Amino acid sequence: MSAGWEVVIGLEVHTQLATRSKIFSGASTAYGAEPNTQACLVDLGYPGVLPVLNEEVVHMAAMFGLAVNATVAPRSVFARKNYFYPDLPKGYQISQYELPIVGRGELFITDAEGNEKRIGITRAHLEEDAGKSIHEGLDQSSGIDLNRAGTPLLEIVSEPDMRSAKEAVAYMRKIHSIVRYLGISDGNMQEGSFRCDANISVRPSGQEALGTRTELKNLNSFRFVEKAINFEIERQIDVIEDGGAVVQETRLYDSDKDETRPMRSKEEANDYRYFPDPDLLPVEISAEYIEAVRLELPELPDAKRQRFIEEYQLKADDAAILTNSRPVADFYEATAGATDAKPQLVANWVVGDLSGALNRDGLDIAESKVSAEALAGLLTRIEDNTISGKIAKQVFEAMWDGEGSADEVIDSKGLKQITDSSAIEAVVDKVIDAHPGQAAEYKAGKDKLIGFFVGQVMKETRGQANPGQVNQILKQKLSD
Amino acid sequence: MMDMHAKSMTELIAGLDSGEFTSVALTEALLARIAAHDDTLNAFVTVTGEEALAAAAAADAARASGQGGALNGLPIVHKDIFCTQGVKTSCGSRMLDEFISPYDATVVERLARAGAVVLGKANMDEFAMGSSNETSFYGPVRNPWDLECTPGGSSGGSAAAVAARLVPAATGTDTGGSIRQPAALTGTVGIKPTYGRVSRYGMIAFASSLDQAGVIARTAEDAARVLGVMAGFDERDSTSIDHPVPDYVGGINESIKGLKVGIVRQHFDEGLDPDCGDRVRDAIAVIESLGAEAIEVDLPNIDFSVPTYYVVAPAECSSNLSRFDGVRFGHRAENAEDLLDMYCRSRGEGFGDEVKRRIMTGTYVLSAGYYDAYYLKAQQVRHLIADDFKKAFADVDVIAGPTAPTPAFRIGEKVDDPITMYLNDIYTIGANLAGLPGMSVPCGFVNGLPVGLHLVGHHFEESTLLRFAHQYQQVTDWHTACPEAFQ
Repeated sequence: MSAGWEVVIGLEVHTQLATRSKIFSGASTAYGAEPNTQACLVDLGYPGVLPVLNEEVVHMAAMFGLAVNATVAPRSVFARKNYFYPDLPKGYQISQYELPIVGRGELFITDAEGNEKRIGITRAHLEEDAGKSIHEGLDQSSGIDLNRAGTPLLEIVSEPDMRSAKEAVAYMRKIHSIVRYLGISDGNMQEGSFRCDANISVRPSGQEALGTRTELKNLNSFRFVEKAINFEIERQIDVIEDGGAVVQETRLYDSDKDETRPMRSKEEANDYRYFPDPDLLPVEISAEYIEAVRLELPELPDAKRQRFIEEYQLKADDAAILTNSRPVADFYEATAGATDAKPQLVANWVVGDLSGALNRDGLDIAESKVSAEALAGLLTRIEDNTISGKIAKQVFEAMWDGEGSADEVIDSKGLKQITDSSAIEAVVDKVIDAHPGQAAEYKAGKDKLIGFFVGQVMKETRGQANPGQVNQILKQKLSD
Repeated sequence: MMDMHAKSMTELIAGLDSGEFTSVALTEALLARIAAHDDTLNAFVTVTGEEALAAAAAADAARASGQGGALNGLPIVHKDIFCTQGVKTSCGSRMLDEFISPYDATVVERLARAGAVVLGKANMDEFAMGSSNETSFYGPVRNPWDLECTPGGSSGGSAAAVAARLVPAATGTDTGGSIRQPAALTGTVGIKPTYGRVSRYGMIAFASSLDQAGVIARTAEDAARVLGVMAGFDERDSTSIDHPVPDYVGGINESIKGLKVGIVRQHFDEGLDPDCGDRVRDAIAVIESLGAEAIEVDLPNIDFSVPTYYVVAPAECSSNLSRFDGVRFGHRAENAEDLLDMYCRSRGEGFGDEVKRRIMTGTYVLSAGYYDAYYLKAQQVRHLIADDFKKAFADVDVIAGPTAPTPAFRIGEKVDDPITMYLNDIYTIGANLAGLPGMSVPCGFVNGLPVGLHLVGHHFEESTLLRFAHQYQQVTDWHTACPEAFQ
C-alpha cells in the first residue's frame, strides 16, 4: 500500500437464503438441476401469473436484522427494478428500494492491530435472483437457464467503514459466519450463494472528502475479494499519482489475470424506474413477531467466543477459530462436555489434529471420521495418563482410519502407558548400565544429557513409559 | 316456447332442471347463432365448439345424476385476457396471436368447476387498453344496436356477445371502466367488483393495482349468479382479499326502501350528453319511487381522476408488458441482428399503437427526474380521491350517475383522438382508483342506442349494487330490449 493514501471500502453482500422454495413461487431452489427444470410459470414470467411471498424469507431477514442489532422494519415494500435482459424473465426484478426490511445495524471485526472495529450496516433488503445466460457449447445462439430465477437473496449493504482489503475480508467473513450461524444461508461460495460487490475509493490521508469510487462486481471468494480490492487500490492510486482521475464505473475482477477492468458502459446507462410492486402487499411485521424471532435466535459468534474464553478459559485465538463456524463450536462443546480433559487441551486437538485431518481429506466437520464422543474418549485417556500426548496422535490416526475407539486402538496395539514404577526402574537401570560414559558425564554436570536418557528409555518402552515418571526416576538414579 | 338464446340464466336453469332442453341442445343453438352472427359482430377471437359440447355433455350427465355446480350447463364466454389451458389466449394482441396458455386462470377454473360451458374467447382492446374495441389486433367489434358503432371497450366482445344473445353472460375485466362502459353502450348489465374480490391470477395484467375481473350479463340476477362463483380468496393472488362471499342471488330480492343514493354534481356537468343525462335522471327517479332517497354528495377531487389514471395505469402497464420480449413466448421478430434488435422489433411488431403509447407514457412517468412529479403525485391524488369516496359513503349506500358521457359512438370517430377517447371513462375511473365496486345497468335509449346507469358502492358491497339493479329491473324493461337484427 502506498503511504499517504487512505482507502475507503463499502461492501454489498448478496446472500442466498436457504429456503426450500423460491421467494415468490413454489419451485425448488436446489442447486445443480438440469436447466429450466426448476422454473415454474411464475419464474418464467408467464402472462397472468402473480408472485406470492414466501414467508420464510421474512423470517430469515428478521433473524439477520436482529443478529446485527438492526431495526427490522415494521413495514417494508417490494419494488420493481425495470430493465431488459434475457435472463430476467419479467423485464423487472422484484427487490426492495425505499423501504427495505432491515435498517441500520452494525457488526464488529478485528482490525490489523488486533483491536475491535465497528462496521456499520446501512440496510439489508430482500430480492429475487435472475437466471443465467449460457453461451458455451451453443453455436450462434445463447441459452437461458432460469432455475436460479426467483431464488431469494438478502442483499446486505455496509457503510464505507472499511480501510483495507483485509478489513473487507474480515467483514465479509463475519457476515458469512453470522448467516451460517443463523442457518439462513449455506454460504456456499462456489455455487454463488454468497458473493459481494465492493465499492472502493482512495483519498489522501487526512482528507475528509471521499474520492471517486469504483464498484467491483460479483466477487465470489474471500481470496478474490482481497486480491481484487488490493489491485483496485493500487490502480486508483497509480491513476491519481500519474495526474489522472478515477472514473466512477463498474469493474469486473479477472482472477486469471489478477486485474480489474471496466464493464461495458452500456450496462450502467440504465434508469431502473423503481416503483412499488402492485402485485405484492407491503410486508408488515408486528413487534410481537420480532420478539418471537429474537427469542429463537441462536448464540452468535461474538457471544460464543466471549463465552468460550470465560467458560473454558481458552486462548482468545483458539476461541475465535472455534467459534467462527457453528458446527465447529458445537463439535468442540460436545467433545469438551464428554471428557474430563482440560478445555484448552480439547481446543488444541480440535484446532490442531482434527482440523488437520479434515483439511487433509477435504472433509467438513460434519463428515469427520472421528466423532466428538470418540475424540473425547481419546482425550480422557491422555488425562488419566493411560497414554501420553505423543501416543495419542498415533491412536488418533488409527481412529481416523476406522480402527475403532481410543480404548480399542490402545488395547489392540498395546499402547497403554507404563506407569508401574518398578517396570520403569528396570528399564532405567538397563539404560544407565548400557551407557556408562554418558552417565558419568551427566554426573559431572552435563545436565542436558537427561534428554538422551529419556529418549533411550522411551525407545526401549516403545514410547509407552510415562514421560514424567521416566524423568523423575532417571534423575534420581543418575544422581545416586 | 321462448327461444333458448333469449332466456336469462335464471330461465335457462329452470329449462335445464325441468328437462325442457339439455345443455348440449342449448350449446348447439348458441354455437349456431355465433356461426351465423359473428362474421358481422367480430365478438369472438376463438370459438371452442368442440370443448363446449363436451363440457355440455358432461354437465347434462352431472345434472341427470343430481349433481353439478351453480352454473351447471350454462354457457359463458371468457374475455380473451383470461388464460385458458390449451386454448389461444391472445389478449387482443399480435404479440400473443400464437400463444396457447399452459394453465387456467383462477376465474376460468372456478367457473369450470361450477359447470359453466365455455363457448369461446371474446375479442377485446389490445391488452385491455382502449374504450372502443378498435385497438384489437383482430379488428373492431361491432355494436349489435348499430353495426356502425363500437360496443365500447375494452370488454367489447363480451358485451356485444351478451347483447346479441350469443351467450347469456361473459367475463370481463375493468381497469378504468372496461366492463361498465361497454355494458352501458350495449344495453347490458356489467359489474366490476371491489379490488381484491376476484382473483387476478391468470388474468393478463394491464395495470395491476386497478385491474379487476367481473361479469357482463343481461340481468342483475344473472350477474349475481356468475359473480358468486368468481368471487373469493385465492392464495395465488396476494392482492385478493379473504372476505366472505355473501349469497348475491339471495340478497337481490330485498327492498331498497330507506337506502340513500348519492348524486355527484360533477357527473352531470357539461361533458355529459344531455339526453343521456335525462335518461339517468329518470332512472334515479325510478329508484326514488322504490323508496330510496337521493341526496347530493361531493367528490371534490373527482375531476382529477382521468389524469391520475393516465399516469398510474400506463406506469404499471409499462412494467407489466416488459415480459413480452420475444424470449420465452409470444411474438419474436425474425432474423434479429442482435439482442437489442430482437427486443425492439419483436415489441415493435407485436404491439399496436395504443399499447405503445401507454408503454411510452408509463416509462416516462417512472423515469428518474419525473417520478416525483408524475407517478408519486398521481398516487397522492389517488389517495385524495379514495378519501373523497370514503367521506361520501359515510352518508349514502350507493352513488348513482351516468356510466358514459355519450351513447355508442361510431367506429373510427375517436380513434385518432386519444384524449376524447380517454374521457369515455370519466365517470367510471374513480371506482377503480378507489378500489370500489361499480356497476352499469341499462336505463333507456337515446336515438335507439342504449344508456347505462352507473352505481358505485362501498367496499365489498357488491350485494347492495346487485340489489339496487335487480329492484330497478323489476320495474323497468330496458334490459329485455333486444337489438332488431339479433331477435
